[in-house]
Amino acid sequence: MTGPGSGELEPRATTLFGDEEVALVDLLDRLLAGGVVLAGDLTISLAGVDLVRISLRALITSISPVERPGTLAARAERADRELEAGDG
Amino acid sequence: MSDTLTYVYAIARDVGTVSGLRGVGGGPVRTLEIDGVTAVVSDVDRGEFEERALEERLEDLEWLAATARAHHHVVDTVGRDHLVAPLALATVYFDDDRVRSVLAEGRETFAAVLDRLAGRAEWGIKVYARGRRSAPAEEDRPRSGAEYLRARRKALRDTDSALDDAREAAGQVDDAVTALAAATRAHRLQDAQLSGETDPMVLNQAYLLPVERVDELRALVASYADHPRIRVELTGPWVPYSFAQAAQGAS
Repeated sequence: MTGPGSGELEPRATTLFGDEEVALVDLLDRLLAGGVVLAGDLTISLAGVDLVRISLRALITSISPVERPGTLAARAERADRELEAGDG
Repeated sequence: MSDTLTYVYAIARDVGTVSGLRGVGGGPVRTLEIDGVTAVVSDVDRGEFEERALEERLEDLEWLAATARAHHHVVDTVGRDHLVAPLALATVYFDDDRVRSVLAEGRETFAAVLDRLAGRAEWGIKVYARGRRSAPAEEDRPRSGAEYLRARRKALRDTDSALDDAREAAGQVDDAVTALAAATRAHRLQDAQLSGETDPMVLNQAYLLPVERVDELRALVASYADHPRIRVELTGPWVPYSFAQAAQGAS
């Protein structure tokens, strides 16, 4: 299934486990929140989203112990406050 | 008690036998069939999948990644030539007989799911806001702290407004692809640290698309190649992970 002559349209192999065909994060989106859900003999709660977050949070922590900067709006608000303090 | 469990990768149709394919933990993949519905399975180590062990392991990223890759490899390989409905990760049964009884009980449900997926494939579209790296030039360096903060506030506001524009454009992409699709499903927006992209993600959507519409999809995505606000990334075809739920209709 190749596109009509445009390399840019090919599915990209990206990111964390970049040497793989499919990005792990895309795969986990699908595997943990999708698929036919059957009650197996060993039932575990695959509360999909939470699970991805738990695992990926561990990953983030391990690769990037950097403080999260917060939302842009929060940053703008903070800048406002600093500005007022600076002007006053 | 056996020291293996039967791991089920997918429900499929008309698979026959599978040879040379290895599954989770390296075990050979085989098929179990009842009344025309096939389960794609392999033996896995019981200790690895015992109830408590499994919950702990799912939080172990390395194990989760390896298992997800192995699961995907099996489903994707079989799915290239056959109609498959992938199962959620880590669905295990005590033995083959248990799987056969589940197949027999759920026969009609599985048949309906497979019918819905026939002739269709899943595609993913992720849309990123294009970054506008308008770092101030050296000569524009602010002369005071207040001036610096004013400039910084403006920069942040500009970025917010660029994000709004990007979300709106992404909505148009979504509408256009939805018009081609049999069903859609939203996934979480991926954090930049996970996507590996510096630009923020504004759309992460899965579409179940009739195979004959793939060229239209590609053309549509290509038409956004030079869009000033957004960058559109297409992934797929995927086996229809996002659309295999038995109970869930087209959304």
